[in-house]
Amino acid sequence: MLEKIYKILKDKTVGIAGIGGLGSNCAVSLARSGIGNIIIVDFDVVDKTNLNRQYFFYNQIGEKKVFALKKNIKKFNPEINVQALDVKLNKLNIVEIFKNCDIIVEAFDNAEMKQMLIETVLLAMPEKYIVSGSGIAGWGRNNIIKTIQYDNLFICGDGVSEVSESLPALCPRVAVVANMQANQVLEILLENLLHNEEK
Amino acid sequence: MKITLNNREESFDNDTITVADLLKEKNFTFKMLVIKINGKLIKKEFYSSTLINENDNVLVLHLISGG
Repeated sequence: MLEKIYKILKDKTVGIAGIGGLGSNCAVSLARSGIGNIIIVDFDVVDKTNLNRQYFFYNQIGEKKVFALKKNIKKFNPEINVQALDVKLNKLNIVEIFKNCDIIVEAFDNAEMKQMLIETVLLAMPEKYIVSGSGIAGWGRNNIIKTIQYDNLFICGDGVSEVSESLPALCPRVAVVANMQANQVLEILLENLLHNEEK
Repeated sequence: MKITLNNREESFDNDTITVADLLKEKNFTFKMLVIKINGKLIKKEFYSSTLINENDNVLVLHLISGG
């Protein structure tokens, strides 16, 4: 079965918009699963304060996140094709960058950017799958984290916990949601595998 | 009228309401929303002028900072 899974996933392309806590952990999980092509997009640099939850290392502080993450992924999966784009996403470049992706993972920090990406994709590429993350702050409360589907849009998270001074983003909850996003990506991409097995 | 709101059936006294009224009535206070009616995206500038009618399938989702 694992061979069949790898065979399907190696030809797939997943785009990840933002590689902070959600995006970096999701990218690593997808790369370990054998997704053949991953496009990571972010313009930020690694900061010491990122290391409590994002997939970077102390000696990478100051490096561009996309290039640092590409190196980290290549360490455990050198065969994967990682396209690292040091770009700030906007309404104009989103379509061009993600048009060949099977799925777009929305992993921004900021709610305005989340909305902008979802609206842009819904308008320009309504057939495209989006797996978004919303509501990751704080700790505990495992059982209120969920995935909601609306057509081709999936939203993972608790839908209520906004990051603030009193409710910071911490590794476990962010990584749980990041991995729920990755898990949802696999469910979408492997849908036909299950159908074929049943026949 | 009856509509489907976020996959659940909801009833309203009026025959039609605007998107802005719906948000007020259902207490959607989050700033960053994505709204679709029958699959069509409704942008913020049209919330006050877009009407929701009987049997419409309305999706209101809010997005929260953090990632």
